[in-house]
Amino acid sequence: MSAAVSPAVSQIDEVKTTPWSGGRSPFNVEYGKMMMWFFLLSDAFTFSSLLISYGSLRFSAPTWPSPSLVFQSIPGTSVEHGAPLVFVGLMTFILIMSSVTMVLAVEAGHRNSKKEVVWWMIGTIIGGLMFLSCQALEWNHLHSEGFWWSAIPNKETLQEFFSSGIPLGQQQMSSHQFANLFFTITGFHGFHVFSGVIINIIITINVLFGTYQKRGSYLMIEKVGLYWHFVDLVWVFVFTFFYLV
Amino acid sequence: MSAEPTEMHAEHGGHEETMTRKKIWNVFFVLLAITSIEFTIALYLVPHHIWGMTYHIANPVYIVLTLLKAFYIVAYFMHLKFERVALVYAILVPILFIIGLILVLTNESHYWIGLRG
Repeated sequence: MSAAVSPAVSQIDEVKTTPWSGGRSPFNVEYGKMMMWFFLLSDAFTFSSLLISYGSLRFSAPTWPSPSLVFQSIPGTSVEHGAPLVFVGLMTFILIMSSVTMVLAVEAGHRNSKKEVVWWMIGTIIGGLMFLSCQALEWNHLHSEGFWWSAIPNKETLQEFFSSGIPLGQQQMSSHQFANLFFTITGFHGFHVFSGVIINIIITINVLFGTYQKRGSYLMIEKVGLYWHFVDLVWVFVFTFFYLV
Repeated sequence: MSAEPTEMHAEHGGHEETMTRKKIWNVFFVLLAITSIEFTIALYLVPHHIWGMTYHIANPVYIVLTLLKAFYIVAYFMHLKFERVALVYAILVPILFIIGLILVLTNESHYWIGLRG
């Protein structure tokens, strides 16, 4: 080969540095974080399928138990009537709050402040446990009224959840659908909260042992944070479609 | 392998925009405000028919407000707004399938009403 290389060849040999020309990720995120995003996308499909099934069954039903009548008590207190949305409002606030503490843990991780990360993570875990306790109370309350998977209250109790003049057969059919969908969807969400709390506890123990300090980055907090925010995100939709609409 | 996260962190630092504590609390208050609006509609406007509010108007409003909350959670808490555009599209474009399922099953449930009628 002569020393004088033709311009065409040198152009081919030139190393490209654009995002899609190989050698590095066009997404510019660490592998585990990208995989968490893709997992959450698949989880979003699962929750969407459940919620859309709920929506289409409710939409096609001639009647439906009224949310402001089914959820009008505050479980765990003596308030049985006339307080719709209060208890679920508390649950929503708890979950949004724990999302804030989670993102504050991520922010503390960016500053490599181990102590702050630990405290915000503990706050997030407490929020998660509080939410799960509230959900246990809510489930227990509905169960004591007679709702469960494939189980509905007797016809006297059932009438309290409908406006007057709706035939018993329609009440029973839609209440069956409501019970199955409610326990399945909030149960699946509650299971996500539960596993989120377990994951948060494991990660907090790792932080205490200094695992991420040795690694030089608290990126793992960001990954579990994504999962935790997703759980909050799903709750926003569950709240709207079960309690508001 | 062990050096990789450190490198990533270095790439993220400096020029790139990120969440400060002030911004985090701002987003929290936005979420709280939207939820309060939803509560006001559900507890006062609909039961008392203020401004002619019925559930026919309230339900679409709830859905719009819910999507707004979802935007704030995904964009700021999950940091998607500050990621590369390739990742943003990789996550958001598949949501079209969910919209597709909504359209299909809404249409189907219309048909079910007809069958029952």
